[in-house]
Amino acid sequence: MSHPAKASEFLQDAAKAKWHDETLWFVRDKRDTISKTIPEWEKLRELASQIKDNVLANLDKYLVQFEEKATANGIKVHWAKDAEEHNQIVLSILQRHQCKAIVKSKSILTEECHLNPFLENNGVEVVDTDLGERIVQFLNQPPSHIVLPAIHLKKRDISELFHEKLHTEKGNEDPAYLTHAARLHLREKFLGAKVAITGVNFGVAETGEFVVCTNEGNADMGVHLADVHIACMGIEKIIPRRKDLGVFLRLLARSATGQPITNYNSHFRSPAAGKEIHIVLVDNGRTDQLAREKFKNSLKCIRCGACMNTCPIYRRSGGYSYGSVVPGPIGSILSPGLDVKKYSTLPFASTLCGSCTDVCPVKINIHEQLYEWRQEITKAQGTNAKSISMKIANGIFAVPFAYKVTGVMMRGALKILPDSITYSGLNTWGKQRDLPETPKETFKDWYKKNRT
Amino acid sequence: MSSRENILTTIKAIPRENSLLPEISAFEFPMDHKAAFILSIQANKGEVIAESELKDFIAINRFEKILNLAKGMESLSTQPLPSDAHELNELEVAIIQGQFGVAENGAIWLTDENLGLRALPFITEHLVIVLEEKSLVSNMHEAYQRIGAQHSGFGLFIAGPSKTADIEQSLVIGAHGAKSLRVVLR
Repeated sequence: MSHPAKASEFLQDAAKAKWHDETLWFVRDKRDTISKTIPEWEKLRELASQIKDNVLANLDKYLVQFEEKATANGIKVHWAKDAEEHNQIVLSILQRHQCKAIVKSKSILTEECHLNPFLENNGVEVVDTDLGERIVQFLNQPPSHIVLPAIHLKKRDISELFHEKLHTEKGNEDPAYLTHAARLHLREKFLGAKVAITGVNFGVAETGEFVVCTNEGNADMGVHLADVHIACMGIEKIIPRRKDLGVFLRLLARSATGQPITNYNSHFRSPAAGKEIHIVLVDNGRTDQLAREKFKNSLKCIRCGACMNTCPIYRRSGGYSYGSVVPGPIGSILSPGLDVKKYSTLPFASTLCGSCTDVCPVKINIHEQLYEWRQEITKAQGTNAKSISMKIANGIFAVPFAYKVTGVMMRGALKILPDSITYSGLNTWGKQRDLPETPKETFKDWYKKNRT
Repeated sequence: MSSRENILTTIKAIPRENSLLPEISAFEFPMDHKAAFILSIQANKGEVIAESELKDFIAINRFEKILNLAKGMESLSTQPLPSDAHELNELEVAIIQGQFGVAENGAIWLTDENLGLRALPFITEHLVIVLEEKSLVSNMHEAYQRIGAQHSGFGLFIAGPSKTADIEQSLVIGAHGAKSLRVVLR
């Protein structure tokens, strides 16, 4: 289904859609406020961008260095070309430990690889331990936002869900009460799990350590109580030096939620006595994206979600309207790289306003890449209705008389056109928006009266 | 060809322009370290307290399961470090020594040698970190400079208690880990 079709589903609940829009804007606003307390903010963005450029230019070298160091630290490093191989590697580790139940903290990569259904089909119980992720897991839904997985739900929805799943009091919608119920439920899971899976925020080539950031502490609760820690990491998550973490940890949480740092930032270098750490390095389309000169910059992403919070389309259409693992502006340039046909409408789900580019902590030119994807997709699909109308517009703008006559006609038409045409199914942009009032006179007429 | 070779060969075959790795300059920090650190911890929903207030906190709440690993607080401890972290599930208060704190965000650096067991600061109901005032650094750049080539199996910046806002963006303290963080600055 196309982005516009799914967006209209989201917009059916107008009150919820409005809340979604305003709440994400509030998060964006917090990001603005805190970034302005750092005088060197723009310099940090530039540094982060330069470091990531260097990573992409030397990715092979850094991956080998990372593997060498991590191995020397007692970590077992695995390589996976695609999602299937990644899933098989994880399963084989679980089978070796005869493990039938795992806890998992937030990892967009494992969503991308569809690890949960794969493990469940192989008889492994998977418990997502981030509160938002546990909520959507109970509903058999994917996360709708990469940092705020349950942002599409209201506390009433969660209260009903927890009443059913965790036997909380019916009608009690207090977030503190509901969170406490989840705490008790997940504590049991943490205490019982032999294997814990996490994602990776940064892998440091220089030391072979990797960093995982959370506010809930769920990643650490899982891995430190388990015997085996499996960390799933996209190959682009490498950074060269330990001191580069100073730049990225200053940018990440401020960009994501407007807080100065996540409350837990764990640096894993070697396993505790008697325990195991595995890292699975995953390609799954990343080298393809690296080979696309126009789009390789998308691999600099540190998954803060700032481009989603600021995007006027994301805020008003919800994460599910994109139908991709990573939604929003960054998702709309990553996903066509994975399957251009399936995700062909995503680069058009943008006003090209450039706000995503302005907030991106690693300075990815997101809106320019969206525009580039449109060129690629339009070339592949041939002429569409929009390009015909653009050709007509081209003729009108080129001939002054035609422009003048058309202007008079359009001002008349805007007043008398019935809503059934303006807001018809052909014009998805008309939904949720009103046309502006038409001016009484043209600028040309006004200029003649006032300036000559 | 193994996937490792496959990935590395594919990357090597992609023409890429080299770009230099930038040097990271030291950015100035205009605020007083202690004042900034206290504000940061408060913003992260933690508290900075004096040593006497810690004793009151324990007495008022009648905590009985206390594990101390910080220097000079041995008398507060009621139990030793177990060998298995699962036995810490009922722990009420963990008191640990922080290596240094970061003024700009309240983050406190800890490694294996401070933690005893890696699960300790997470599984405890309340966490207390003892920190020397003179250990405060300005920002994360100075923090990593201070860490330098330090080698520890596990290192951790803690900046506040366990928290979540996953239900309608309402902030709730005490998601999975410690329900409170108190920093004794001395």
